[in-house]
Amino acid sequence: MIDIGLGHYLTLGAVIFSIGVIGIFLNRKNIIVILMSIELILLAVNINLVAFSIYLGDLAGQVFTLFILTVAAAEAAIGLAIIVVYFRNSGTIRVEEIDKLKG
Amino acid sequence: MIAHAIFFYTFSIIAVVSAIMVTASKNTVHSVFFLILDFISISCLFIMIGAEFLGMIMLIVYVGAVAVLFLFVVMMLNVAQQKNQWFAGQQSSRHIPVGLIISTLIFFEIIIVIGGWKYKPEIFDINNSISQASISNTHSLGQVLYTDYIHVFQISGMILLVAMVGAIVLTFRQRSGVKRQSYIKQISRERAEGVEVLEVQSNKGVKLDD
Repeated sequence: MIDIGLGHYLTLGAVIFSIGVIGIFLNRKNIIVILMSIELILLAVNINLVAFSIYLGDLAGQVFTLFILTVAAAEAAIGLAIIVVYFRNSGTIRVEEIDKLKG
Repeated sequence: MIAHAIFFYTFSIIAVVSAIMVTASKNTVHSVFFLILDFISISCLFIMIGAEFLGMIMLIVYVGAVAVLFLFVVMMLNVAQQKNQWFAGQQSSRHIPVGLIISTLIFFEIIIVIGGWKYKPEIFDINNSISQASISNTHSLGQVLYTDYIHVFQISGMILLVAMVGAIVLTFRQRSGVKRQSYIKQISRERAEGVEVLEVQSNKGVKLDD
């Protein structure tokens, strides 16, 4: 319990990942919170990669974390741009009212 | 070791609570701020564990760019205060048990995988590439990043370029009825269409038609 090891960081990553999945499922407000949940999931993946990289002594994990950060930033920019365009066209971004595809 | 445990539990509890508040808070602006708090505490964890460069990059990229972008979009779209969210709404409440069941299943699967995994004890002893005390984390990361991973590095630069162009193309719109400066029209103007010589007779004015 006091001796912090690899398992503690992996458990923290698992908890944050699950909270992100819960946020995607339970969200009724707007799509922006869903995008934030996706950011949480990517953050959990980053925690796992950095913990393995430190504890196994291999730098490749940190390099891949850097690339995941790049892709997450690009994804946030594109997603927010799509949300802005959708809001301009339909006037709402509530999850329940986005049903043009009849999904 | 005690200090390591204390800092780990402090930052991870802050991270987990703020992650819960991201999904549960009623106001979208509050969830953006909790997302910022989450990123800050996770980057403190990274710095504490020994990945200083990634911790600082997390602070710069996430807190400085991504979270501010979220905040900007939330304020621009004016969706901060919306009534009847989360558990309200009768026809939507059937999603909630399904979502809870699926996410707890995922959580326990991950925990089972982690808990059932036995590491070989000597795998932690071959710590060679990072633990050289003479070279810092940023230095060693740079040595790897610009040699072995140079192609992936350039491809990630291309991804950022494509994302920037895509975001601009998506949100760009031309409004009608806005007066703009047209350089072509200004430069190609000639004397014949700008100046007119008139014969002004006495006691009569000049009628200009414009």
